[in-house]
Amino acid sequence: MQIPNILSIIVFLPIVAGAVMLFIPPKNRDLIHRFALAVGLVCFLLSLVVYFSFDPNGARYQFLEKFDWLPALGISYYVGVDGITAPLVLLTGVVIFTGVIISQRIDDRPREFFSFLFILASGVFGVFVSLDLFALFFFYEIAVFPMYLLIALWGWKQTREYAAMKLTLYLFIGSVIALVGALAMYFASGLNTFDMIALEGANFSPEFQNLWFPFVFFGFAVLGGIFPFHNWSPDGHVAAPTAVSMFHAGVLMKLGAFAALRVGIMLMPIGAQTHLPWIILLTLVNVVYGALIAMVQTDFKYMIGFSSVSHMGLVAMGFATLNYNGYLGAGVQMFSHGVMTALFFAVVGMVYDQAHTREIPKLGGLVKYMPFVAVAFIIGGLTSMGMPGFSGFIAEFPIFMGLWNSHPWIAIVAAISVAVTAAYIMRAIGRVFFGEVPSELEGHMHDVKFSEKLALSVLCIFMVGIGLFPGIIVPLVNAGVNTVLSLLGGA
Amino acid sequence: MFGTITTEMLLAVLPEIALLVLVAIVFIVDLILVEKQRGGLAWLTAAGLAITFFLTLFFARPGDSSELVWGGMLRHDWLAYIFKLLFLATAFLTALLTVGWECIWRKGEFYVLLLTSTLGMTLMAASADLIMLFLSIETTSIPLYIMAGFMTEDDKSTESGFKYLLFGAMTTAVMLYGLSLLYGFAGTTNLYEMATALNAAKVPGPVLVGTLLLILLGFGFKVALVPLHFWAPDVYEGAPTPVTAFLSTASKAAGFAVLARVMIAAFPSILADWQTIIAIAAGLSMTVGNAVALTQHNIKRLLAYSSIAHAGYALLGVAAASELGVVSVVYYFLVYAVTQMAAFAIVIIVWHKVGSDEIEDYAGLSRRSPMLAVAMLLAFLSLAGVPPLGGFIAKILVFAAAVEAGLVWLAVLGVLNAIVGLYYYLIVLKVIYLSEPKDERPVPVLRSHAAALITTIALVLVLGIVLAPWFSWAQASAAGLF
Repeated sequence: MQIPNILSIIVFLPIVAGAVMLFIPPKNRDLIHRFALAVGLVCFLLSLVVYFSFDPNGARYQFLEKFDWLPALGISYYVGVDGITAPLVLLTGVVIFTGVIISQRIDDRPREFFSFLFILASGVFGVFVSLDLFALFFFYEIAVFPMYLLIALWGWKQTREYAAMKLTLYLFIGSVIALVGALAMYFASGLNTFDMIALEGANFSPEFQNLWFPFVFFGFAVLGGIFPFHNWSPDGHVAAPTAVSMFHAGVLMKLGAFAALRVGIMLMPIGAQTHLPWIILLTLVNVVYGALIAMVQTDFKYMIGFSSVSHMGLVAMGFATLNYNGYLGAGVQMFSHGVMTALFFAVVGMVYDQAHTREIPKLGGLVKYMPFVAVAFIIGGLTSMGMPGFSGFIAEFPIFMGLWNSHPWIAIVAAISVAVTAAYIMRAIGRVFFGEVPSELEGHMHDVKFSEKLALSVLCIFMVGIGLFPGIIVPLVNAGVNTVLSLLGGA
Repeated sequence: MFGTITTEMLLAVLPEIALLVLVAIVFIVDLILVEKQRGGLAWLTAAGLAITFFLTLFFARPGDSSELVWGGMLRHDWLAYIFKLLFLATAFLTALLTVGWECIWRKGEFYVLLLTSTLGMTLMAASADLIMLFLSIETTSIPLYIMAGFMTEDDKSTESGFKYLLFGAMTTAVMLYGLSLLYGFAGTTNLYEMATALNAAKVPGPVLVGTLLLILLGFGFKVALVPLHFWAPDVYEGAPTPVTAFLSTASKAAGFAVLARVMIAAFPSILADWQTIIAIAAGLSMTVGNAVALTQHNIKRLLAYSSIAHAGYALLGVAAASELGVVSVVYYFLVYAVTQMAAFAIVIIVWHKVGSDEIEDYAGLSRRSPMLAVAMLLAFLSLAGVPPLGGFIAKILVFAAAVEAGLVWLAVLGVLNAIVGLYYYLIVLKVIYLSEPKDERPVPVLRSHAAALITTIALVLVLGIVLAPWFSWAQASAAGLF
């Protein structure tokens, strides 16, 4: 018997596990939690295998597998990873694993919670590995939908219904608009295929590309949190339960950025060259305005939420530079921001669980109770500021280099965000973890469990590891970026 | 009149013959059984329909070419074949869902009416002649009027039946007038000679469009298009829920089969005009259906308005007037029928326990009966068009057909409407998952209802994941029309 492709296992394992889970009797909570942990661990290990067996000097797409799905319309199930998606697959594995660990405290209908979370994970894996445009949409919508229930059911009571609906509607509007664009591409190509590698050679006319690029790009970039369509994101992040915030900010926003790149920029390079020069101004707003808004937040989670808007703006900005450095930085930033923000939300969740408040002024001195968490948060904070030695530097430095080459003035303005980020992160570290412990908090704070420390360690290892040894990610992203540039240059 | 009767001709009407035999059997068994045993009638009808379904599936399959049979009255083609299977399947599910419904399930006449109406639908899907078309529409509708008003002690049901009858009779009369005009212009009643005859007769375009509008009034009523939709919510709400399920799936599908066939066969000369008319009707139906559905508190009314919107989506495929368009309509109805049936199965199951169709009474269903809630989740998400469920591919196909035909504005309107739809489906799911139940006890499920629900949910998944076989069916039926 032929061994199934590892990517297909990664894509289908979570959704099948999620379905199986619904048949576990709800009273059997221990089994449910253990089962979820096992699935999360297997996803993580498989994604590690994919990542480390990807050969940066090898073929453009590796671990390919293709089946006819609907041959009459040229739809196939076609998967493979390239240098940009291999890190994203790993990122998803990391976040699902750590997210499941953090969620061990869920006690309202854990069965449904993990089931929906795994369906979401399948969708995310599916988008990253799909080489077929139809399959990409198929998985994209699978990834977007469960968010609604995850936030509405297990989220923060005050805003969950509002935030869940807002998020779902924003993302679906984006995706269906992009869908119309994708259908237009399918018919305009005349190739009768949804195979994206084939569509790269479709040579759409410049008029077509200039017309449809904004639809496809913004349709997906909504999920990447691009200004002015970023509004759903902080609300969604804050209302979501911890694991879902981690998944959402850590992975789902990458989904939007990645799809905007894969379907928008790579399939319509001329359109990208026409429109990205003005879109870069929007990303500038993301970066600077996001950071400033984060600065004035007093709610710990909102601060992190807006920092995501700012950091994801850097990814889009990297795309908009249209040069090598920009794309390289954006590719690394997607991974780096993913683990970093997952760590932030995990820490916020741990603090909130014990302190029952997220107001930064009401917190303080937590380093006494949870030193491990404090160290992890500081590592995340340094990554966020782009300190050398952490993955954030490896990501942001090339983006600014690329930006300097293409738009020096924008680079100067965008650099403000680095200072602002440093300010709000330092302030948060100082107020939350150091200083006096407020009297309300005394007595009932304690250290986190071993498993939670493990989750934080996994996330920190990646940030520090990439910071010290960029060689574990840069060659891969480099390989992926070269393909993108050849498409842009060949246009 | 027909010359020699060949096997081909007999096989073409195999489902009709089987249904007639079944009607006779149900009649006779109804006389033999005493009151207490009559609950078996539902099962008998369901079993008979299942047998008919499989007989049709295996023996009534048309060849590659489409043929006019029985003196040009019927056309033996894939479109008719697939829709016949669809009607038989929905009638089967309806029979299962009637089990336990007071004032229906011990009455033989109800099942006779159900079977007769199904018989009418199978003929509608195959009609190739104006006379046959009219007769089959009446054979379908008259039993439906009675079925809608079947609960005679219930005011709403009576109102429903009466309303349906009045509106139905009115629009049918107008349609008949249109058909007579058409015959007057063409001098033939055969749909497949109509196009040539109309061309030869040099009927002025505007006159023909006027005639077409009269006919569309009848079809539009059957499928509840805006602005001919006013009856639907009241009738759907008042009718016994199994009847509502049957009305909103089989009857609507039958209307579409006829619509697609008549438009494409008889009116190629005014293609651009009817495309515009249909496109406008599609846009209106989607928008009005979804907008009004937003404010509904009763699940049956919600599903009624959503079904108006769904007819609008399906119309996109008709408006495209292309092969892909017809493929998408056929696929849409395969998906829509099973999904809608699944949704109504749950409505019926909950009604038996709660005795209400108000959405607020679904509160906390996920805590009471988690599996039932998951089934509802899947059914509603399929209606909303979320993968990996059937509704996703169905929507993609109709939008693709519209984009291919250059109706991009309509496709954009369609996708925006899909978002509105998503919103109200999510509201219902929110009540099911988020609200606290008033009553913690699980909702009991009868065996027949469980069978219907499991079948439909499985089909919703299968139609959404395995695409190629159903698509090639739909393709065969589209090929037979052009």
